[in-house]
Amino acid sequence: MIDVDIEQRLGTFALRVRFAVEGRIVGVFGRSGAGKSTLLNVIAGVAGTVTGHVRVNGDTLLNSADSVDVPAPHRRVGYVFQDALLFPHLSVEANLLYGHRLCPATERFIDPAQVIELLGLAKLLQRKPRALSGGERQRVALGRALLAQPRLLLLDEPLSSLDGPRKGEILNYIERLRDVFAVPMIYVSHSVAEIARLSDAVVLLADGQCLATGPVDQVMGRMDLKPHTGRYEAGAVIEATVLSHDTADQLTTLSFAGGELAVPQLAAAPGDRVRARIRARDVSLATQRPTGISTLNILPSRVTAIREETGPIVDIQLAVGDTALMARITQRSRRELGIHVDQQVYALVKAVSFDHRSTGYA
Amino acid sequence: MGWLSADELGIILLSLRVAAVSVLGSLPLAVLVAYVLARGRFPGKTLLDVAVHLPLVLPPVVIGFALLVLFGKHGPIGRLLSEHFGIVFAFRWTGAALAAGIMGFPLMVRAIRLSIEGVDRRLETAARTLGGARLWVFASVTLPLAIPGLITGVLLSFARSLGEFGATITFVSNIPGETETLPLAIYSFTQVPGGDAQALRLSLVAVALSAVALAASQWLSGSARRGGRDDRR
Repeated sequence: MIDVDIEQRLGTFALRVRFAVEGRIVGVFGRSGAGKSTLLNVIAGVAGTVTGHVRVNGDTLLNSADSVDVPAPHRRVGYVFQDALLFPHLSVEANLLYGHRLCPATERFIDPAQVIELLGLAKLLQRKPRALSGGERQRVALGRALLAQPRLLLLDEPLSSLDGPRKGEILNYIERLRDVFAVPMIYVSHSVAEIARLSDAVVLLADGQCLATGPVDQVMGRMDLKPHTGRYEAGAVIEATVLSHDTADQLTTLSFAGGELAVPQLAAAPGDRVRARIRARDVSLATQRPTGISTLNILPSRVTAIREETGPIVDIQLAVGDTALMARITQRSRRELGIHVDQQVYALVKAVSFDHRSTGYA
Repeated sequence: MGWLSADELGIILLSLRVAAVSVLGSLPLAVLVAYVLARGRFPGKTLLDVAVHLPLVLPPVVIGFALLVLFGKHGPIGRLLSEHFGIVFAFRWTGAALAAGIMGFPLMVRAIRLSIEGVDRRLETAARTLGGARLWVFASVTLPLAIPGLITGVLLSFARSLGEFGATITFVSNIPGETETLPLAIYSFTQVPGGDAQALRLSLVAVALSAVALAASQWLSGSARRGGRDDRR
């Protein structure tokens, strides 16, 4: 449980955030300037004077009412920065072991050899940070933070300086670390795709305020929050289980509460829990089950809400069984199909609209 | 050393000793002051900044006179030190080192401060979140990254110490074998008939020493700066 209730003023900017969430990875989502990094600094204890409290799994790191303010070096909160911030004068190995050496031996629970193997750093140990690629630097930064034996790991947009393929690679590493070491993480990003893929719970920040918290599919699927979750990124997240692989066609079938979903083949075993994000603009609607169509996923659903938009588009909230889905269509289509609340419709989702950033292990 | 007489060699060695002691003695304080000026935020910071820079702008003779008043045999600090610790500065080579150290102090602080200011503060933040106490973070992150400035500061103030004249002659006078450093000796030779040849020889030595110190500073800080980049594999 990560329990935060804090207030801080920095000049004209005020951060007032209150949430208590449970989850292996908690996503903090918001536009730039929303206060995401400040929030992380407060939790890490490097933000100056703050009122309120911060508790992680029952341990109090800050409680201004009781004058408790654990100094940053003793908080055991690992911090992975946007630009890695490796120590340039130290080798990769010395960077990795910086926090490890400062931690009393009796309190260590994460082993350097295991981290080095898991992050594939064995060949880089003697290099200096300057001689590393962006992705390698982030891997070292992840390892360095973990080896300081943290009770909580903060990830501040760790992918923002990386190119597309590297982003996916680091996401895989983060998922592996989550599964192996069981250190809770707070993952900050302004990318819905990353948040949706990784997070069990989301905290939505705007202008230094917490607008919503909750399971990722609920928060991201809420239409009233769309101005903050993004116009083109609007969508829903589906928790699913891998059912089977079709190696000939390189497709994977997922099963979720409401039906099945064909997606491009995943590197996951049948039975694995995965999460798939479906953007509203990738979903089309039909009033009858279409035939002679290339779209593989045709999901019977019910219209639960219609969100009027200015301009040519309208967002339709759907329920596929118990799962929420969102479709973005034109006003004209809505009018011509006569779509209304409680109507039975078919949601069409092309299998190719899933990419590696939007599907991953749950 | 046929070219230099035993006396001249003695003068050079004394100068080197005075400069070395002045630099080594002032280095820890210079690092502290540079760190405080670079990272600290406290009332009176400007005042400290001004005080550190005073030797750069005051006539050296004023510094020498102030030292004489404070550290002389009957000065408040001088008496305290000699009575309780047996340390005497007045008219000793140690006094020459003190004067040289103070005159070189602003140069040293400036170079180190600039270097510390050039170290990304967020690296220090990262080190703190990894469990580093402030002093340890300074020793393991800030200081190693400020090494180029440290080297520059040391060699600049070393060169400055070798050339120190006004404060030294005012404070500890010109005593051959005790406080007669290179500049003082050169001055003496120019004051006696027929001393020009010796003055010239010692001047050449002074030029050579200063040039070597500056060249070493350039080369050392250059290679320290490249240190992070050179070992690509």
